[in-house]
Formats: sequence, structure tokens, C-alpha cells
Amino acid sequence: MNRRTMGKALLGLAGAAVALAVGAGGAVAQDKLKVGFVYVGPISDHGYSYQHDQGRLQLEKELGDKVTTTYVENVPEGADAERVIDQLAAQGHKLIFTTSFGFMNPTLKVAQRYPDVKFEHATGYKRSANLATYSARFYEGRTIVGEIVGKMTKSNVIGYVASFPIPEVVSGINAMTIALRKVNPKAEVRVVWVNSWYDPPKEAEAAKALIDQGADVIVQHTDSPAPIQAAEERGLFAVGQSSDMTRFGPKAHLTAIVDDWGGYYVDRTKKLLAGGWKSEDTWGGIKDAMLHLAPYNPAIPADVVATADKTKADIVSGARHPFAGPIKDQSGKEVIPAGKSATDEQILKMDYFVEGVVGKLPK
Amino acid sequence: MSEVVVFLGPVLAAMLTAATPLLFAALGELVVEKSGVLNLGVEGMMLAGAVIGFMVAASTGSSTLGFVAAAVAGLAMGALFGVLTLGLLANQVATGLALTLFGVGLSALVGQGWVGRPIQDVPELRIPGLTDLPVIGPALFGQDALVYLGLAMVPAVHWFLFSTRAGLVLRAVGENHAAAHALGYKVVRIRFLAVLFGGAMSGIAGAYLSLDYTPMWAENMTAGRGWIALALVVFSTWKPGRVLLGAWLFGGVTIAQLHVQGHGFAVPSQLLSMLPYLATILVLVAISRDVARIRLNAPACLGKVFHPDG
Repeated sequence: MNRRTMGKALLGLAGAAVALAVGAGGAVAQDKLKVGFVYVGPISDHGYSYQHDQGRLQLEKELGDKVTTTYVENVPEGADAERVIDQLAAQGHKLIFTTSFGFMNPTLKVAQRYPDVKFEHATGYKRSANLATYSARFYEGRTIVGEIVGKMTKSNVIGYVASFPIPEVVSGINAMTIALRKVNPKAEVRVVWVNSWYDPPKEAEAAKALIDQGADVIVQHTDSPAPIQAAEERGLFAVGQSSDMTRFGPKAHLTAIVDDWGGYYVDRTKKLLAGGWKSEDTWGGIKDAMLHLAPYNPAIPADVVATADKTKADIVSGARHPFAGPIKDQSGKEVIPAGKSATDEQILKMDYFVEGVVGKLPK
Repeated sequence: MSEVVVFLGPVLAAMLTAATPLLFAALGELVVEKSGVLNLGVEGMMLAGAVIGFMVAASTGSSTLGFVAAAVAGLAMGALFGVLTLGLLANQVATGLALTLFGVGLSALVGQGWVGRPIQDVPELRIPGLTDLPVIGPALFGQDALVYLGLAMVPAVHWFLFSTRAGLVLRAVGENHAAAHALGYKVVRIRFLAVLFGGAMSGIAGAYLSLDYTPMWAENMTAGRGWIALALVVFSTWKPGRVLLGAWLFGGVTIAQLHVQGHGFAVPSQLLSMLPYLATILVLVAISRDVARIRLNAPACLGKVFHPDG
């Protein structure tokens, strides 16, 4: 990788300071395709941005003779993002992946300025002729998690450390709860919002608060391994997020929902090299290998593993839909009738909790 | 009643640990401000302590050495601030902000290879008999040593400031540096020592987060607690006892709002998270209305540059 650090600048306001590292591509052989990546966090977060970077490394490994890659980490969502993306385009990158929701509008603006450069934006919904979007069906993983934790809980209380009440997180909670109640109708889910993607001390506090209220399995939709550590300390179980977090709690870590971007990055780059790239929306699931579950904890009984594997196979084959009706919301109102499944649009706009979740969804 | 007891016990225990980093950092800053120096770099010094403490504890396996190294790291950051503001007479506000930004970047750089490495956390003390008391047992007698050290620092700092000659001199320097200088006290040296103490305390506060609270290093893991500590000093009107109350209040509200959510009560979590800051503003308004009170509490030379010859 030919990567030269052009400058390192510090930006910040009252503690919310962020480090911005601008890595610019150096001189490379002109026949190689230059692919750029923009990350919101540090690649050392061992979570979301780390997994995107693993995807980039896979791309280098598989197509290293045809492409060179560049990444810029710690890019704040805002005006700076546009500058960073523009710079990548100006340096001759022909394919640029911007990996956070907040990069949506900056990416769109830069895409309009560079019509011959292809852009791909993760988790957004705005597309244009040279701007595609992609995301993963994380809720499919949550369904399998729900079945496992439903069998592992003894107190029948599952604690859920959640980031922000957005549809992606809410649909994850619901998918897990639906699967949980199928195998364990007495179980309930308690949710604590920490209003952050990454605040290890606060995530730990939230996990401990849930444990103190009787939860014996902690599930998280935040990025740090702090909730796993809290569960390990108390001798309970937990489920990791974005990457395999086993080493933070070898006894506690049941499994984790691991993001897999490498296959997609390789596929899209190959399409561009072959001239078959077009702007489209990709929302891939387990079937498309955009996510998988980390190796199961040996403490999970064999029959539970067998059920989980069957559910996984059924989701892949389409025999089982994570949001198959009948689904009732908290008030008991039927939101998805029997015989039907939630549409993609309904999942993307989910703004209610299903039966089995304790507490109100903040509006 | 038993419901309330079940609810309060864990909240109390969690509150004490959540308050500990705030307590260390705020007590350090209080001494600094009492000497007439405003150091806004608490967050940066905490991060330096967090990363160095973690690295040393992970390499040596000793959390005690980790805390010592964290104190030294914080002290070094404090020394940098002291040289710039007291030696080179740089503006304290600007230098403090720069120190925070520098600390964020430096700790991220130094800690690059240490992210995602698990370590053993500090074991909790167990006092037979007492720890098993209902409700207050785990809260009062089942914490780790740093929690008790933090509590012990409150009377210690109070005693130093208000009952010793050195404390009196330090306060005199903070109230009127020209007069203290005229009396022959070494204003710069005294302030420099105060800044070093503040740095060391911030370093320990940071290490408490990375070694004990969440035994891991993560970039920017203090997440604004340094700024809360700064607010606490004002909230406490520069009194150590009130720093303790404030730390419990700030820590308690953070913990309580998580518990309230888990129980499913319909109280917006953002409202509860906001309360400590609202309280700080109210205290500021209250003390600012009364000129005599400000004079009694806020060090008169706070943030003012001292020219030995002027």
C-alpha cells in the first residue's frame, strides 16, 4: 500500500475533539485502479470502522495486482467529510466508499462534481447515476441471537444496551424479541439508550444497571466491548456487536453479529474493472455474506446450536422471515397480520416496539 | 418498600464508582484554581493518564504501577501547561484548550497498538461482615481501593487548604498574587506545584476509567468527563466538601437515568442527563447574584497572568 500521511490536524470543540488523519495516496502505477475509503471512526475501534477496514484489506489481498487502496479514518460527519471525499476524488480515485450515514449529503455533492468517479455510500438512501448505496440486514443476525439468548437466560430478563432510537436499532431489538419470545414466551427485553455509538464507560454503566435489574444476558447495539466486560465481571452472558469480541469476555461472549464488507467491496470493484458497475441499492443479508455470527461459546448446548443453525439456514433459504406475521406492538395492536411479512420499507421505517419489550420507545 | 430498597442498593454502589473519576479530577482542579490558575486541560490530562496507566498496567500486570504511571503522565501534562502559562506567560484559557486537544491526539497516537487489549481489572475490596450488609453493604464496603482513596482525598484537600500554612499561602497567591509576591512568596513556584498536583489527580482519574471502570483503552474514552469535573469545581463554589456532593449528584443522575430507563418509566433520558448541568447553571446564577459570595469563593486572581516585575 502506498500511503503517505499528508497532515494530521486536530479539530475540536469542548471535549468532542476529534483527530483527523488525512492519508493521501502517493505515486502509484497509473494502470492500477485507485479505490478510496472514508471511515467515521478510527480503524482501531475494533468495531464498525475496523470491520470496514478489514473489507478494504480483503480487497487488497484479492485484487492487489489491479487496485491500490487508500483510507482516511476519523472523519467527522459534516463539512470536513466533503473536503476529504473531494480530495480523494481529485487525487484520481475512481471508486470511493463512504462508510457512515452522516456522509450521505457530502458524498452526493462530490459525486455531482466528479461524474466519472463512482461513489458508494453505506447505510444511506440517496443515489444518483454515479452514487450507489449499500447496507446489511443486521436484523437477520438478531433473530438468531434472540433464539440463543432465549435458551440461555435463567432470569428471563434480557438487557439491551442501545445507541439511538433509529429504525436500524429498533428493528434489531424487535427482531431479537420476536425470536426470543418464540423459544421463551416468558422472557422480556429491557432497553437502555446511551445516546452514543461509542462511549465505553456509559455503555458499561448501562450494562450494569440492566444486570442490577435482573438481566442475565446483555445484548448491545453500541460499538465498544465494555458491555461484554461488564457481563464477564458478573459471570453472566453477553452478545457482541460488529466484530468478534470474545477476548474481552471469553466466558461471557455467546456470539457476535459480525459485519462482512469484504465480499461486497471485491464484487463492486470487479464490476467496475469489467465495466459493469451501475448505481443501485444493495441491502445484503446472511445469504449475501454481508454479516455472519462469531463462533458460538462452548457453553451453548448442542441442541441450541442446532436450532440456531437451522434458523440461519431458513433465513438464507427464505423459509423464515425475521418479521413474519402475526406481529403485535406493545399495545397489543397487530402491526403485521398473519401470513404476511414486513416489507423492506416497513423495516426501514420501524418506529414501534413489539410485545415483550419493556419501556417506551423515545419519540 | 422492598422495591425501593432493591432499586437503591445497586444505584448507590454504581453512583460511588461513577463519581470517583469526577472526584479525583475536580479535587485536583480545585487546588489549581485556588492558586489562581485556570487549567481547562483536565480532559487532555485525564486521557494521558488513561492511556499511559493502561499501557503500564498491561505490560507489568500491576494496576498499582499503572496508577503511579498515570499520575506521572498527568503530572507531565500539567508541567507542560505550567511552563507555557507560568513560565512563558501564555494565555491560560487558550493553553488549557490546546492541552485538551493535544491530549486527545497524543493519547490516540500513543495508544494505537493498545486498543482492544483486555486486562484484569482491579479487584474489589471485601470487608467480611460489612460487605454483606443489605442495601448499603456492597455500596459502602464492596468497592475498590481507589473509591476509598478518592473519598479520603476530600478531607485531605480541605485540611491542606484551610488548616495548613502552605494551604493559606496557596490561597493567598490565588487571591492576590501581587500582595503575596510583595510578602516574598514565590508565586510562580507555588502555582506550578499546584498545577502539577492537578495534573497528577487528573491522570489518576483517567486511569480509573481505563484500569477499573472499563478495563480497556479506547480513543477519547473520557468522553467529556474532564469538562464535567471543571463544571463541578464551579458548582462546588471552590469547596472540597461540595465537590464530593456534586460528584455524587453528577454521578448519581447518570446512573439513575439508566436504571429508570431499564425499569421502563416514561421519563425522557435526555432530561435526566441534562439535570446536573442545569444545576451548575443555577448555582452559577445564585452565586453571581451575591457579590460578597463570589468574593468569598472564587479566587480573585483566577486566570490572571502574573508578571513578577509588574
